[in-house]
Amino acid sequence: MPDLTEYRTRWKEQRDKPAFLALEDGSVIRGHSFGANVDRVGEVVFNTGLTGYQEILSDPSYCGQLVTMTYPEIGNTGINAVDMESRGVFLNGFVIHELNQGENWRKDESLADFLVRNEIPAIAGIDTRALTTKLRTVGTLKAYLGVSGTKSPEAGIAAAREWEGLDGKDYASKVSCDQSYTWDEISEDSTYWGLGEDRPAMDLKIVAYDFGIKWNILRRMRLSGMDVRVVPAKTPSADVLEMKPDGVFFSNGPADPAAVSYAIDSARALIGKVPIMGICLGHQLLGLACDATTYRLKFGHHGCNHPVKNLETEGIEITSQNHNFAVDCETSSCNSLEVTHINLNDNTVEGIKHKSEPMFAVQYHPEAGPGPHDPQYLFKQFRELIQTS
Amino acid sequence: MPKRCDLNEILIIGSGPIVIGQACEFDYSGTQACKSLKEEGYKIVLVNSNPATIMTDPEFADKTYIEPLTVEVLEEIIRRERPDAILPTLGGQTALNLAMALHENGSLEKYGVEMIGASSEAIKKAEDRDLFKQAMRNINLDVPRSESVHSLQEARDAGDRLGGFPLVIRPGFTLGGVGGGIAYSRSEFDEIASRGLRSSPTSEVLIEECIAGWKEFELEVMRDCKDNCIVICSIENVDPMGVHTGDSITVAPAQTLTDREYQILRDASLAVMREIGVETGGSNVQFAINPIDGRLVIIEMNPRVSRSSALASKATGFPIAKIAAKLAVGYTLDEIRNDITRETPASFEPSIDYVVTKIPRFTFEKFPNVDDTLGTQMKSVGETMSIGKTFKQSLQKALRSLEIGRYGFGADGNDEMFESLSDNELEALLRRPNAVRLFAVRAAFKRAWSIATVHEYTKIDRWFLNHLEELAYFEEEIRSVGKLEELVEDPALFRQAKEFGYSDIQIAYLLGASEDDVRDQRKKIDINPVYALVDTCAAEFLAYTPYYYSTYGDLEEASSAVCDKIMILGGGPNRIGQGIEFDYCCVHASYALQEAGIESIMVNSNPETVSTDYDTSDRLYFEPLTLEDVLHIYETEKCRGVIVQFGGQTPLNLARELQENGVNILGTKPESIEAVEDRKFFQELADKLNILQTSNGTASTTSEALSIARDIGYPVLVRPSFVLGGRAMVIVEDEDGLRKYMDEAVTAFKKRPVLIDSYLDGALEVDVDCVSDGETVVVGAIMEHVEFAGVHSGDSACIIPAPTLSENVKQTIRQHCTALAIEIQVVGLMNVQFAIKEECVYILEVNPRASRTIPFVSKAIGMPLAKIATLVITGKKLPELGFTEEIIPKYYSVKEAVFPFIRFPGSDITLTPEMRSTGEVMGIDDSPAIGFLKSQVAAGTSLPTAGNIFLSVRDSDKAATVPTAIRLIDLGYAIYSTHGTSLMLKQNGITSVAINKISDEREPNILNMIAAGDVKWIINTPDGGVNPRMDEIRMRAESVAQGIPITTTLNGLVAAVSGLEAMKGNARMEVRTLQEYHEKNK
Repeated sequence: MPDLTEYRTRWKEQRDKPAFLALEDGSVIRGHSFGANVDRVGEVVFNTGLTGYQEILSDPSYCGQLVTMTYPEIGNTGINAVDMESRGVFLNGFVIHELNQGENWRKDESLADFLVRNEIPAIAGIDTRALTTKLRTVGTLKAYLGVSGTKSPEAGIAAAREWEGLDGKDYASKVSCDQSYTWDEISEDSTYWGLGEDRPAMDLKIVAYDFGIKWNILRRMRLSGMDVRVVPAKTPSADVLEMKPDGVFFSNGPADPAAVSYAIDSARALIGKVPIMGICLGHQLLGLACDATTYRLKFGHHGCNHPVKNLETEGIEITSQNHNFAVDCETSSCNSLEVTHINLNDNTVEGIKHKSEPMFAVQYHPEAGPGPHDPQYLFKQFRELIQTS
Repeated sequence: MPKRCDLNEILIIGSGPIVIGQACEFDYSGTQACKSLKEEGYKIVLVNSNPATIMTDPEFADKTYIEPLTVEVLEEIIRRERPDAILPTLGGQTALNLAMALHENGSLEKYGVEMIGASSEAIKKAEDRDLFKQAMRNINLDVPRSESVHSLQEARDAGDRLGGFPLVIRPGFTLGGVGGGIAYSRSEFDEIASRGLRSSPTSEVLIEECIAGWKEFELEVMRDCKDNCIVICSIENVDPMGVHTGDSITVAPAQTLTDREYQILRDASLAVMREIGVETGGSNVQFAINPIDGRLVIIEMNPRVSRSSALASKATGFPIAKIAAKLAVGYTLDEIRNDITRETPASFEPSIDYVVTKIPRFTFEKFPNVDDTLGTQMKSVGETMSIGKTFKQSLQKALRSLEIGRYGFGADGNDEMFESLSDNELEALLRRPNAVRLFAVRAAFKRAWSIATVHEYTKIDRWFLNHLEELAYFEEEIRSVGKLEELVEDPALFRQAKEFGYSDIQIAYLLGASEDDVRDQRKKIDINPVYALVDTCAAEFLAYTPYYYSTYGDLEEASSAVCDKIMILGGGPNRIGQGIEFDYCCVHASYALQEAGIESIMVNSNPETVSTDYDTSDRLYFEPLTLEDVLHIYETEKCRGVIVQFGGQTPLNLARELQENGVNILGTKPESIEAVEDRKFFQELADKLNILQTSNGTASTTSEALSIARDIGYPVLVRPSFVLGGRAMVIVEDEDGLRKYMDEAVTAFKKRPVLIDSYLDGALEVDVDCVSDGETVVVGAIMEHVEFAGVHSGDSACIIPAPTLSENVKQTIRQHCTALAIEIQVVGLMNVQFAIKEECVYILEVNPRASRTIPFVSKAIGMPLAKIATLVITGKKLPELGFTEEIIPKYYSVKEAVFPFIRFPGSDITLTPEMRSTGEVMGIDDSPAIGFLKSQVAAGTSLPTAGNIFLSVRDSDKAATVPTAIRLIDLGYAIYSTHGTSLMLKQNGITSVAINKISDEREPNILNMIAAGDVKWIINTPDGGVNPRMDEIRMRAESVAQGIPITTTLNGLVAAVSGLEAMKGNARMEVRTLQEYHEKNK
């Protein structure tokens, strides 16, 4: 029998459950810590994807959130340098059922090491189905993830309740790049290009607003022949127009769209002047710019299996989604938009286009990473939109 | 697009008898299809030769044909019914091949029948190796390098070009890879390639680069007529490439792929479906991935619902077959609601929040001379599935669901045989894929072998090995507390052990306690499982379908509604002797309860079945059938009681323990069921009721046995006292034989007694199924066996109504059954076996429970016996139910058994008291002879109508063979025989050609004739006794391999000849629906 000391320590930690997740509704769920030794507050959301935890961890849109995975075995393939979706990890904490060491021919490090290195707290040993059922029933909750032993669960509950939350908060500026940069094969970011795909010549110039942009969006645009200049969230529209782009892209990003007023202003200024595509937060911002409203969904859409119907083709796409807010085009003030896509689960708006100007946007993630590639045609559609306007 | 209105009547083809590679999963898919199309208002014409299926219950289709699945019969049915469309994608490879044949011979066009679900072009593209390869190239997907060949020489050349051994050989158009394999040397290569060329209907084999050891994945895909595609489930094989998927341990969802890698698989599977052109329905695509560099190759795709689709449906809650049927008639995915969530559409991809493990079930013990190495040819006869929160939980549950006497991943006191192996032996066992390899993996970790080493030997992915290693070591953590009392003091550790999937039995073993103690203590400190829902959506939406699995967690989802509930215990994994027949009974029990307004609670662990369909019962618990698991469900649901008599041996084995733990067993009491197994009780019972019994005795030593046999006279039937289903039962002709048996038995059975019965040579055997409410007893049917007593009743053909029994004998049988049922207080079903010799009725066996023949009898007489029995069990009386009279049908129904010999090259096919059939078929006709012939055709024994016959009968049969031989000559056959038989025939004025015996070592002999294709039918009644002659075994095995029909009993021959005579001159086999037959009985 080999030396079991390491196993024994781990097993003991697992049953002692010294870490906890304290929810604003007063409940406390115990588990063991496997990430950084820091406590964080955040809004708890669940993601139903069976794969893609690395992409989720590195998606800046989760900033401010404690993400729980409904699939119980997590960390199975470790972490690799290629599958990153941004320069780091922006979410506030990670909540899972069972941690795996990870085995894969592309693995560079384990999930636990990755989280420690990125200073993200994480808790395992949680009944994530029970937690998900609660979130589904009562809606998204604020919570305190206590792993350091510095706060009691009661104090954790209080901290969760005190936390201001994400409503009305601009998080896009927190995660956006400081300086503009060009996405190409030579830049440092592009070393994470991914698996080999043919790269066509770049014949369109795009300016992409970074509200927390995912690299797969940049990869997809590059693969569609676009030369992309990424600019900080607060870049004035005039500066953008000065770059003489063929098209402008509004990216995904975290928190409440209504709070990102500067971006809504930019959108208003740009619509009609240049072809525009938006994804996720970008979609919401463009909607707001056209006088639609946004509202908070009960527990959001986070997963890789959401059926979306393209109302123009009647085709169904299985999509990757990650949003807590949705666009409402029914308001009387909004008459410039047409709904192009709807979610078949709850009939919420998933895609819009401007009735007269070259602009369209989708709520979901056609770039995938993680998730299915069904809606990738939208990048081609952006290209066509530019070429025909 | 709404459903098509230009279709009215749809023909659905079932998959026929249960064979290895095609089991009850196709009853599940076919039943779903019938239900779902019927509810759309279509008229359903169904054909299937298998009476033990739910789909062939007369209410599931408008017209149900239980007829042989041959092109001729199908054509006749089409001619008679003129359906608008044929749906071939739900009846396995059988249905697909038949539909293709009907397309190719022009019948579909002739009668204007449209193939829906998949077009003939798509089927061809998917099934033809070359076309498939080309199609994959068109969409830039990689396939293993391979060449398709039609002769041995071509095969050798191709092998050389592909870079030499090892090489994979795959025959074209066969089920489950029959005749294929991996060759490591020239001689192996020649042998497998020749076999493959023979077993392929197109004499085509594929020689392929060997990718054994690669990771293997399968994706279940669906597509609708608007080209919407979704993936239902991904499945990963624990046993890497090289082991047939049906024989591999598999898990869902895939565990070891990143999202980026998984999406490549997803894109590829959708591209494959589109390129092959499967317009609507479900398909599966298999992939292999090189674990070193991630190179992805496509292995194959099935353009139809498969065994994996059944697994995927049960694993996710998404009913693939049901949806596939709806898509086939024009619906699109978004037009169909997800039953489980009710609000969301079927056009989504299920997300699950648990891990599913499937483990195949093997029965190598039935085929002792057969190689148990697993390869590309499927050998398992069943499977079990389990659902757990984690892989560890799921795996341990699956292992205890398997019912092989194991209660998890080792640690149950049964590891001695692995732990005692030398390092070399253990390494060899790890390197060779086999049915018990997981336990060898555990033994390796116990020796502190590293994950790297075990991976090198087994090629099992390190991800799985990490978990297995942790389990092997965690035993020490449990053991370290010393005793149960200490574990109780550490509830966190106790709970952790349960979270790791350890059963009470394992914990008991590790701590030297009893299972009962562990359970009692555990409950005292409130460590109980909760039941979680299988909901297709990982809890994102509220789910309505009550489909549960147990886990150790915080949320109990099984609502304990207070109402009248009855629990039905299913049969667990299929194996020989316990299969679909028992599932059929359980499903009927569930239907009957629901009709009576009682909630039915189903417990089973077999993913292939109708009973584990979430809409069969009010509540489904997909759980192992062990005391621990069943008790928890019973207590959670607070049932009125449990029905154990329908699920075969599995629930019966649990009955006593359940009762001892306060469970109310409904129907016949477990004491009665057990009592009749007791020889002494049985003898007294027979004496009391004046029922004749063959003389018998019980012996523990060879000398005791010899003296008993001397008293009762040879031949004798001997068998160990503690096994059922004819295991290790043989007929012994003389003292030498008995001595040999006893010498082996005394060691093998560890001195447990052996039962010795006088064997009634030449006696007729009769099976009777009846229903009793404790007061009234009604005979379902008296079934007369075609083979003489001594052949296991599950393996012999039988006929309803009994064609040769005298009225007197039948009356005696009825009286005996009534007396027995009343005496042992049977409430429910009872099966009795009798032997009839010289008008005397001897009792052989009584089983107060559902028998394998219940579905056959129910269909023969047009009465649902299992439903009636269920109502009786709930307290109804037979007169209330209006069933008081035996029904004597006005037509003949014949049941024939179907054997897996082709899967086990070299095994002897002679019928013995040991059951070895995997399934059964039914032939119905007004004439018993044609009924029998139909059953033969349905069982795949297509008797020739002309040509050479080889006749070799044992001495005791010689005289009796003469009249039949004359009839064979009259039918126009030429008889070949060995010199002895030939001389005897000549003396009786029958001309035959004499050839050499194999043992004479002179040619020509029968093997030459077989090889040359000069013989169309072999009739060989073997010498009895323990030692069948080697040359006869060889001949029989060869004939099976070559697909030559072989008849091994004289009675079987007589019945067949009568059938052939009756058919002579008939252009077509007449077909009729079950509904039409049943009408005759009214």
